[in-house]
Amino acid sequence: MIKWILAWRYFMKRPITLLAVVAVTLCVFIVVVVMTVMNGLLGDFEEKNHAFAGDCVIASDSLVGFGYYEEFLETLDGLPEVAAASPVAKGVGVAVVPLLNKERNVGIEIYGIDPVRHSKATNFAQTLHYTNPEDIADAFSPSYAPGLPGCIPGVDVLGGRATSDGGRYHPETPLTLEFAITSFPLNTKGGFKRAGAGMVITKSFFYCDDSRSGIVRSVDSVVVYLPLEQAQILCGMDSPLKRISSIHIKFAKGVSHKAAIAKISDLWGKHVAAYSGKPAANLLDNVRVQSWRVNRRRIIAPMEKEQIMMTMSFLLLGVITVFIIFVVLYMIISHKSKDIGILKSIGLSVHEILSVFLIFSVFIGLVGALIGSVGGCIFLIKINEIEDFLYAKIGFQMWDPQFFAIHEIPNQIEPTFIITVIAAAITACLIGGLIPSLQAARRKPTEILQVNQL
Amino acid sequence: MDTILKAKDIRKSYKLGKSRLDVLKGVDLEIQRGELTAIIGTSGCGKSTLLHILGALDLPDAGTVQYDNQTLNTLRWSKLNHFRNKSVGFVFQFYHLLDELSVLENVMTPAMASVGVLGWVGLKPTVKNRAHDLLERFGLKDRVAHKPYELSGGERQRVAIARALINEPPLLLADEPTGNLDSRTGNGILEALKELNAEGQTIVMVTHDDRIASQAGRTIRLADGKVERSA
Repeated sequence: MIKWILAWRYFMKRPITLLAVVAVTLCVFIVVVVMTVMNGLLGDFEEKNHAFAGDCVIASDSLVGFGYYEEFLETLDGLPEVAAASPVAKGVGVAVVPLLNKERNVGIEIYGIDPVRHSKATNFAQTLHYTNPEDIADAFSPSYAPGLPGCIPGVDVLGGRATSDGGRYHPETPLTLEFAITSFPLNTKGGFKRAGAGMVITKSFFYCDDSRSGIVRSVDSVVVYLPLEQAQILCGMDSPLKRISSIHIKFAKGVSHKAAIAKISDLWGKHVAAYSGKPAANLLDNVRVQSWRVNRRRIIAPMEKEQIMMTMSFLLLGVITVFIIFVVLYMIISHKSKDIGILKSIGLSVHEILSVFLIFSVFIGLVGALIGSVGGCIFLIKINEIEDFLYAKIGFQMWDPQFFAIHEIPNQIEPTFIITVIAAAITACLIGGLIPSLQAARRKPTEILQVNQL
Repeated sequence: MDTILKAKDIRKSYKLGKSRLDVLKGVDLEIQRGELTAIIGTSGCGKSTLLHILGALDLPDAGTVQYDNQTLNTLRWSKLNHFRNKSVGFVFQFYHLLDELSVLENVMTPAMASVGVLGWVGLKPTVKNRAHDLLERFGLKDRVAHKPYELSGGERQRVAIARALINEPPLLLADEPTGNLDSRTGNGILEALKELNAEGQTIVMVTHDDRIASQAGRTIRLADGKVERSA
């Protein structure tokens, strides 16, 4: 009983304890706020990439692409695991964008898609500003000039004035804009398809809508969606063998992605074997069946790395907390050596004296972690209001919405994460208190009491 | 009277750098139940060291201490802790009270140390009554809620004696109990100890003051690490 009372009294009566509690509180507060926001940003970014890519991607890294896809699309359409599959022809090019009486040359990635298929396999329809998802079949038909070839650039390809949530201002109806898109058609061997003046193709497309996936750097600022057949012509994938760069697949609900990917990999292997020896069949060898996460690895990895770095920083913060607790306990114990002698003289064991100081450490950790986590949660609940206030007053934004493409700072509080942080803070305090507590518990009472008598 | 404590050939030395300081060089003594014994000697002759060994706060390098037919220096640590909690009460020259606790809590400390949280719930009323009785007996009835630093030296020492007696130990060991007090207050403490002894409490008291030692029933004089004379 005495160990609980003493630990509590040490906790309540020692002013230095307050410093330790404040240190733990601040550490927990920072960890809760920053990790919640970072986890939210990463989760949001992953979700956007998932929505952009679909559940599974059959893709070739080569700009040449691969052929014999139509037969495999039929196979995919017949699978119960597959809800939708969309072929995409990709290439690189240059777009001349006329905006505000100026012409801008922009390096672009051409994404040739069938808008209906692609909207079923990905969230393409939801990324468009003007087009109603029900009218997605007409996505490439400019409302101001039906019948003309249309294009849908990423929202940042156009540029224009940014909104505070990272979007762009839009007029009521699409602007009349003609994009001149130039590309380099490649043959199946990777060489230029045509020689001389025909080496490049330039075609005009009219702005129909723009797409905002939320993936700013790798999609919204470089991609221009075109009808699949037009993209195939621009990239040289139209003849003699029709080619595409990837097939994006959405699985049916309840399907195990791992099992479905394995099944499609197996079918793809058989498909490749069936076309072995046919013209340009070697292009099929470069094609991989991947989950969306593997396919988007290159894009997601830097953000994951940033999160790992952040976690490492917080581990360091944890080490600092341990050190602070160590110093505080060391100071308290050196002031309390007389008490240790007294406690031993009345029959407390080494284990019980160790317990006094460890319980004291737990009190520091528990109270600091509770205050820090409650404070962190309140701050997270109010974080968007606080940021709006700061932006209005001094123009400060912690997370640039233009870069992170977020409407709001993510602030979804995960109870398991909060519990983990509290447990980690208490553990850190226990670790910090262990060595001084052990030293205290092992001291001989006669040494302490004699020294105190001198 | 029967023997409550018996020390045989107690030896103790301390390392001082590369040399050794032999403090006790073979002490033999017996304490009878109900005695008030004073251990006297000059400063540094090993009186406090002997008292600590008799109370199992320290272990001798050689020799044995027997308490009620059990040899203390062969007991396991858990038994020694139990011995210090139940069989012996310590009174120190500098009182050694816990500043974070009130007077009442300080007195109850040894009883609290012997039980867990649940055990304390059942035990607390009895212990609290006894603590109040002891504090009333030592004239500290109005000081129960005070903190040790709010008391005078004499009051603190009386709290220390009450604490030593809370578990009703058969043996009370007092290390210079009046050494830090003026003579009038010291006499008060001595009277309290004599009263306790008159009620049958066995007390071993260490002092360097012949005047105080003369009031004990028996005096053991230590010199050069050995018992010089027992009278």
